[in-house]
Amino acid sequence: MEFIIGKYNYWIYICLMMIGFYAMIGKRNLVKKLIGMNIFQTSIILFFVSTGSKKGATIPIVEHGARAVEAVRYINPLPHVLMLTAIVVMVSTFGVALALLMMIYRRYHTLEEDEILGFRK
Amino acid sequence: MTSRFDDVIIQTVCRILIPFIQIFGLYVIAHGHSSPGGGFQGGVILGASFILLCLSYDIKEMKRRLSRKRAILFSALGVIIYAGIGLLCLLLDGNYLDYGRLHRILPVDPVRARSMGILGIEIGVGMTVMAVMVTIFIDLASEEEKRN
Amino acid sequence: MKLIALIAVSLTGAILIYGTADMPDWGDPGSPASLHVSPRYIEKSVEETQVPNIVTSVLADYRGYDTLGETTVIFTAGIACILLIRRFGR
Repeated sequence: MEFIIGKYNYWIYICLMMIGFYAMIGKRNLVKKLIGMNIFQTSIILFFVSTGSKKGATIPIVEHGARAVEAVRYINPLPHVLMLTAIVVMVSTFGVALALLMMIYRRYHTLEEDEILGFRK
Repeated sequence: MTSRFDDVIIQTVCRILIPFIQIFGLYVIAHGHSSPGGGFQGGVILGASFILLCLSYDIKEMKRRLSRKRAILFSALGVIIYAGIGLLCLLLDGNYLDYGRLHRILPVDPVRARSMGILGIEIGVGMTVMAVMVTIFIDLASEEEKRN
Repeated sequence: MKLIALIAVSLTGAILIYGTADMPDWGDPGSPASLHVSPRYIEKSVEETQVPNIVTSVLADYRGYDTLGETTVIFTAGIACILLIRRFGR
């Protein structure tokens, strides 16, 4: 029971990640692949944020006027910083990927991978 | 974006709401020191307010407020502000991005100058994020308009 | 094809779930991620930068290079979008 309570968050993220992974390699539509990639990235962000949590600690904002700061009382700010940048990178990669898909559609008039590969033969 | 419909309720509500959203975005950027927030979050809120304007009115209305050229200019300006503050610290005998050195030109002590430098680069980051969100949206949306 | 994908996905998931047995428990204050450099950030942030929000001070001050590069990444993404979609001279 202790094992399940300690680890179930990782299992949830792994399930999410595998959903995204399946969409990336199993689906044939490029937009669905892109959505799968987004789910994958979201699961990684959730994983990183959860590694920074400490039981009984508060958000990493120091109370007003507090002089002595103990590290145990605030959760780890480092994963938050890294994921804050990762979220914005995720948005920009999504924008560039949509632009690329637009170019592909303009050229081949389809987004199905099989048909695009068939055209190129 | 092709078949635009004029809905009085949506347009009125958005017209009232958008200034408050933008004020909130500026607040999130400026108040990132002592509450959750910062350049990235505030920039995304500001960009979303422009996208809401486009969704409720028209892309022409949005381009009248923030044209493509100006959006690109803003995104470059944000990066220049960030790198320029770093360079300013270099010119003031410090390391690159060492904001403590800014106390030589600001009327505050070195520790406070660090906080001021952080505010400066948050503004730069917010500008870039807002402008890039708007740019990507304009490009993806106006392509559809041209096709039809 | 879908069957192969499903098999590969379940195999990867099983390996990853097996790997979580060595991970620290959720909310463990002594996990390796919270021991190395983050206590110093938490203890010294207010003293050194006068910014109560530690995330902001780490983002903009201690790891300023990281954020500078990342702002450049966003800018590059915007430029890439423009170059891909916009048709010049038509």
